[in-house]
Parts: sequence; C-alpha cells; structure tokens
Amino acid sequence: MSATARTDTTFARETGTGAGADKAERRPSMRLHSRLHYRLQRYGMETLAIAFGIVLAIWSLLPIYNMWMIALDSHDDVFSGTIWPDNPSLESFRVVVTQNFWYLSRFWHQFGNSFYVGLGVMFLTLGIGSLASFTIGRMRIKHGWMLSNAALMTYVIPASFLAIPMYRIMQIYGLSNHLSSVILALTTFATPYAIFIFSQYGKSIPMELDESARIDGANPFQIYLRIYLPLMAPALVAVGTYALLLAWNEYLYNFLLLSTPDSMTVAVALAQFLNSDESPWNFMMATAIIYAMPPIILYYGFRRYMAAGLTMGGVKG
Amino acid sequence: MSVTQQAVAIGGGFADSRPRRKAWFGGIHGADYIWAFAFAVPYVVIFLAFVIYPICYGLWLGSDPALYTQLFNDPRYFTAVINTVIYVGVGVNLKMALAFMLSGFFMRKRLWVKSLLVVFILPWATPALPAYISIHWLLNGQWGMLNNLLWLIFGWDGPVYLNSHWMGLAANIGAYVWKNLPFWTIILLAGRMSIPQELYEAANVDGAAGFRRFQHVTYPLMANLYLVCILLDTVFALGDFNATYFVSGGGPAMSTEVLATLGIRYAYTVALPRLGVAEVMTALPVLIPLVYILMRKLRVSEGQL
Repeated sequence: MSATARTDTTFARETGTGAGADKAERRPSMRLHSRLHYRLQRYGMETLAIAFGIVLAIWSLLPIYNMWMIALDSHDDVFSGTIWPDNPSLESFRVVVTQNFWYLSRFWHQFGNSFYVGLGVMFLTLGIGSLASFTIGRMRIKHGWMLSNAALMTYVIPASFLAIPMYRIMQIYGLSNHLSSVILALTTFATPYAIFIFSQYGKSIPMELDESARIDGANPFQIYLRIYLPLMAPALVAVGTYALLLAWNEYLYNFLLLSTPDSMTVAVALAQFLNSDESPWNFMMATAIIYAMPPIILYYGFRRYMAAGLTMGGVKG
Repeated sequence: MSVTQQAVAIGGGFADSRPRRKAWFGGIHGADYIWAFAFAVPYVVIFLAFVIYPICYGLWLGSDPALYTQLFNDPRYFTAVINTVIYVGVGVNLKMALAFMLSGFFMRKRLWVKSLLVVFILPWATPALPAYISIHWLLNGQWGMLNNLLWLIFGWDGPVYLNSHWMGLAANIGAYVWKNLPFWTIILLAGRMSIPQELYEAANVDGAAGFRRFQHVTYPLMANLYLVCILLDTVFALGDFNATYFVSGGGPAMSTEVLATLGIRYAYTVALPRLGVAEVMTALPVLIPLVYILMRKLRVSEGQL
C-alpha cells in the first residue's frame, strides 16, 4: 500500500490539503476515488504510526518493567522464569528501607552521601560557572577566549580516560576516600557545560542593564549578584539540574575514590551486589529503583521548565 | 534535563542578528580588572588542579616506551581496540540514524505522540547503573525476561546472550543505544523545530513534497547539527564505561572489553596503573583530532549565537 511510500513525509506537519485540491477539476467519480484513496492512505499511515509507537513503548519500557518485576519477586521466585511474579510483594523494598541486609546496613547514610555530593557539585558548578561566564561574557576580559577554550576542551575529554591519573592526584591532595574528592572531580566535568550554557544565555540579557547599574555606582560584584544572577534564573535551573543529575548518576569516580561503607554513595553500594553471584537480586533491584527515583522525579518535575527554556532561547533578538 | 538548552547551544540555528558591541560602555578599568580576575580565579584553579595536572601526570605515567611493548604484546588489547571501533562505529551511527528518524516521528502533532514522548524519555531519565544492571538480567540466558518472553510468545528457546563475544558486544551496543537514544532524539527534535515553518510552506508551493522536501529543506538545515551530534557522541561513546562494565561485564573471558573499561581493568584488577594509562594514551591519536574539530565546531556555533 502506498502508505509505506509516504512514511518519509511523517516529519512534516502537512495535512495533505494540496493533494486533494489539485484533483478537484476531474470527473466526479475520479474525485470520489481520489478522496477514498486519500482517506485510506491517511488511515494506513496512522495505523502504521501507532504500531510503530507500540514497538517504541515496549522497547523503552522493557528494562524498566524488568527492574520492577525482579524487585517485586520474593527471593525464591526470582529464578522462576515467569514474566509476572507469582506472589508480588513489597518485601524487598521493606528490607531496603529498614536496612535489613548487610550490604544495605548504611543505606540511608549512603543516600545522604549521594545527596551531599549532588548538592555540592550543583552549587559549586553554578557558582564557578556563573562567575567565569560573567567575566568572559559580560566583562569581556582580554583573554577570555582562552577560558572558554579550556572549558570546551574539558567538555569533550572523556572523563573515564582521566580516571587513573585523577585517582592518584586525589591521593596526592590527601582527599582519597573523602566525599569532597568526588565533588571536586565531578565539578570539574560539569563546569564547562555550565560556562557554555551561561555564555549562550547571557547574550539575551541586555548590556544596557549593566551599564546603567555602573552609572549608578555599582561595582562588578554587585552587578553580578543583583542583575546577572536573577536574570539568569532559567539557565541556573537548567544547569543546576544537569549538575545534580550528573553527580547522582556518576559511577566510575564514586567507585574509584570512595571505598568504605560510610563514605560510599548509593551507586557504589548498589554495584557491590555484583561482587557475589549469590546476591539477593530482588533487594538489589529494589535498591536500584529507590536510587533511580530522585533523578526521574527531578527530570519530570523540571521538564516543563526546560521546554520554556528552549522557546526562550529560540526567540531571536 | 537540560537537553533542550544543549540543543540550543550546539544547534547554531538560532543565529543572533544583532550587531556585536563591546562589553560595558567604555570597557573596564582599574579596580574592575581585579574583580574580573577574582571572578575567573575559581575556574582557573579547578582547571589547573583537576584537568591540566592529571593530564600532565598521566602523560608522565605513560611515558615509558616499555609499557607500549607490553601493551602491544597483549592480545586482549587488540580485542579491545577492535571492540571499541565496532562499539563506537555501530553504536553512534545506528543511534543517530534512529534518533533522526524518531525526531521526525515526534514532530507529529497527535496527542498520543506527545504522551509517547514522555514514556520514551524514561530511559534517559533513569540513571545508567540501574538501567544497565536491569538489561544485564533481562538478557540472562536461564531466567532472563527476554528469553521468558520469547518462550511464552513464540515457543523459542532463546540463546545465552552474554556467553558469546558477538552477542555480548551487540548487547552492550544495544544498551548504549537504549539509554542515549532519547537524548539525541530530543536534540534533533529541537533542531527540526527550529526550522521555520515558512520554508516548508514555500517548498509546498513550489511543489516539493516527501523526499524532495527532505532533500532540499530538512537535510541542508540539519546537516551541521547532525554532524556535531555525531562527533560529540563519538567522544562520549569512546569514553563510555558503564554500558560495557555493567551489561556484559567485559565477558565472556574479557572478549567484549573496550578501551575505557580495559584501562580501568589494568589499573585496578591487575594493579598495573601505568599500563592502564598507556592503554588510554593509545586512543589519543584519534581523540585529539576529534577534540580539535569539535572545539572549532562548537566555538563557531557559539559565535553565531
């Protein structure tokens, strides 16, 4: 059917009015035929699109469904080979929340560590990034381009390639097994993106505001604090979310730099389950789901705000 | 997440037509320099202490030629290089092609398409670690969900996926695509949405529909963004540690390791950190040109904004 031939037009917001109109002068039977044909084509395409959408939904949800299924299983049923647990129970969540398993004995403490690292990275990234972008974009210091190049370079270097020297350097700085080592390392990788976005966004804020503030006698720090930061709020939220999620989701650096149960973050604690072949996988998946919740909530909570950021960026000056 | 912001940043489609003017009427003077300097200090310190110093330290660690003899005599290294080439080559191009098509699909105005987008984002919103662990168990040969489904629906006895080199590698690539597809789809979707609707209307008037419209409107306007995305994702995929480490675990018998995981494996399982650094350094001939091109590309698009 010709529906398949037309799938490449699906990206367009076309309604096909042109296709019907140019055939209007033909004989009535032809017109009827073409209208029928057109309608069939539309229904065909819609059916195809829905089928495609279902496949896409299954593809997206299968691993997540799998996570829930294992978490809801009781311990012996994990290996039963069904696609829905025989006796679904929240038992494994209870075990995780009450820290009733030896891998999880410090779970809430580690959860707090993850938050501490996330918030630390977020505030450092916002502070350092906005200050640097203010110098580069607003004050336009002479060698500002060197700073933005340095940031770009850091942004495109894979973090995992720097992991081994970074580990040694943290030992030299005396920060090994300390949460601040992870905070500093991850801030390093989050700040370039912050500078990049802040510089872009800052261009939409009129320079005249800075100039009038200067005429009123404000010093650069007052301009930064009173004018630049408040007007940058949407970009600050976007980058703050980015930094928080980057830190929360990071595994490699947490794993290398933190090793005792009290300094671990949830990511490291979760991967500990993999050290043994006999681990209770339902507890692990329950931990994984609880760990995945804050980023998912944050993401969906700020989605609308991000979309607003897009349209703001899209408006031409 | 801030994907939309990033799309704006690397898209280069939002060209700002205002003339550039010098910052701050009359430039900056006297005490302002001290402020400007003070503002730049935190980033400079972070950059020197946690980027430049590790890089130099790494170069020093990996400077012994004997390390490279040792490395090139290790068959696991060559397996890892080939795996990395396949992983990056297939993973990036497959994902981008899919993301490009999907971004077209999500341009549809139906309500159900918009709701589907919300579901479709979920893999990206889920942290990598739980997602990859789940995929690892999903593909388990004996009691994994995928084989259970195959058995229930088709009556097939599925293979033990992670016991074979090729299927293990394919699983890693599939997991990487699964995780990152939504991100790039949204970037490309933002790119498509920034194409002015008038261009499509004009193309319609000129009689271009279907493929011709794609060829003459969508393609030329998206080509640069697509290229930047490919390059950026090549760097990300090259450094991707999590998918290989958690989905196949590098197994069976270290046959699916990529450069990013093998380096860590050398350094922490075999306790040869210098060899690990040397192994990562062998990626530099590819990485440096990529970084250079990307810096140019990103800087140009920044200049246009």
